[in-house]
Amino acid sequence: MLASALGVLFKGRNLARLLGGLWVTLRLSAVSILLSVALGLALGMVMTLRSPIIRALTRLWLETIRIVPQLVLLFIVYFGLARAFNLQLSGEAAAVVVFVFWGAGEMGDLVRGALTSIPAHQRESGAALGLTRWQINRYVLIPQTLRRLIPQAINLATRMIKTTSLVMIIGVVEVLKISQQIIDASRYDAPQAAVFIYGVVFLMYFMVCWPISLLPGRLEKRWKE
Amino acid sequence: MRKFVKVLALALSLALSLLFAAAALADSRVRTLQDIKDSGTLVIGVFSDKKPFGYVDENGDYQGYDVYFARRLAQDLGVELKLVSVDAPNRVEYLTSAKVDIILANFTVIPARAEVVDFALPYMKVALGVVSPDSALITTAAQLAGKTLIVSKGTTAETYFAENHPEVRLLKFDTYTEAFNALLDGRGDALSTDNTEVLAWALENPGFTVGIESLGSLDTIAPAVQKGNDTVRAYIDEEIKALAAENFFHADFDATLKDVYGEAVNPDSLVVEGGVTE
Repeated sequence: MLASALGVLFKGRNLARLLGGLWVTLRLSAVSILLSVALGLALGMVMTLRSPIIRALTRLWLETIRIVPQLVLLFIVYFGLARAFNLQLSGEAAAVVVFVFWGAGEMGDLVRGALTSIPAHQRESGAALGLTRWQINRYVLIPQTLRRLIPQAINLATRMIKTTSLVMIIGVVEVLKISQQIIDASRYDAPQAAVFIYGVVFLMYFMVCWPISLLPGRLEKRWKE
Repeated sequence: MRKFVKVLALALSLALSLLFAAAALADSRVRTLQDIKDSGTLVIGVFSDKKPFGYVDENGDYQGYDVYFARRLAQDLGVELKLVSVDAPNRVEYLTSAKVDIILANFTVIPARAEVVDFALPYMKVALGVVSPDSALITTAAQLAGKTLIVSKGTTAETYFAENHPEVRLLKFDTYTEAFNALLDGRGDALSTDNTEVLAWALENPGFTVGIESLGSLDTIAPAVQKGNDTVRAYIDEEIKALAAENFFHADFDATLKDVYGEAVNPDSLVVEGGVTE
């Protein structure tokens, strides 16, 4: 059984296709995460403002992405916009729009949380020591904010990588879709290959997400010294 | 700091509106036959995980009964073919939102679908079949009462059982791959989809038999275009009629389906030539 399943993996260009699919997943994730972090940092700072209008708008944004499943957002952006406004986005573009909309919102809330969690006395103590405003930000506030932010941001990043598997529903052929194509194309010759191929996909996701999730621990160690 | 953040808020909203403005640069809605010829590319939605109708082989190339016909349509029109991978639940959306020109994804003609898309002449015919393990073989629909039946979302099987046999518990999956895997894992008592599909699958999976070979009415499978896209539909109709002279769909059957069905299925029980079903 293993032999036939291995045969499927190495048949034709199957392995290369899976790796190609992984590349699509990685590219999509990387672009979405980078844009989300950049936008999220800005959004998080904006969210600390006391203006009721900004509060209402950011709250609406946040609740929308929390309540509406990503699958529905993908459908709305890819098919809905095309139908309603004739906005023809490619599958990947629609996916990036949805993931950045989602990622930036979540990231913004994380940044807001980290910023507001720094007690006021930290700033005041810095001022009492005679630090300038810039020095307070640079040496007191920003380092503490980052430390509180990074574990959660990493968690968000790995969640986003795994959620990219949804984009197959809007025609983007990524690693999971290719695995299903391979399983289907061989389902008459090697019906047992499914578990094995999914196992390979599992390993691929693991190898992408594991190093990323190790990062917070290593940073913590370094910061302790 | 406050001031900076306020500027930031402004910049953010500007960026957002720019994003939407950029996305708004789009092309026209329904592509007529002339538009397709001018663009030089015919976009057809096919399955990429439904062997032997539409699938991707080990070299990454699309193959199958539907794909064989798609290639011919583009070839005779003298344009490039661009194939898009679609799944059963989103086939209609691809058409109504003008993402593809034609859907050739084993699309069964039913009245509810005919309200939202236009069907060309049929090129295949099917009924529903039910496959179950030999140890607990299901041979009549009545035996399914209170049992779990696996179906794919957006398929004829799903609609048929929901309407005619509400007593059957349906377990639904997004893709065919998942549905057949669920049956192998024993997560349901039986699986129902087009009879061609279950017959071919049972041939290759010992321990499973098609207990019900023909259920529901005999349905036809046809290419679909956007509602009102008459020029493209007329082109497909003419093609199908013209291709009858060379028995095109029998050649298609020999090239794509014969290996899978072997002697189990008579080509004339599946293939429709010239759009004529007697």
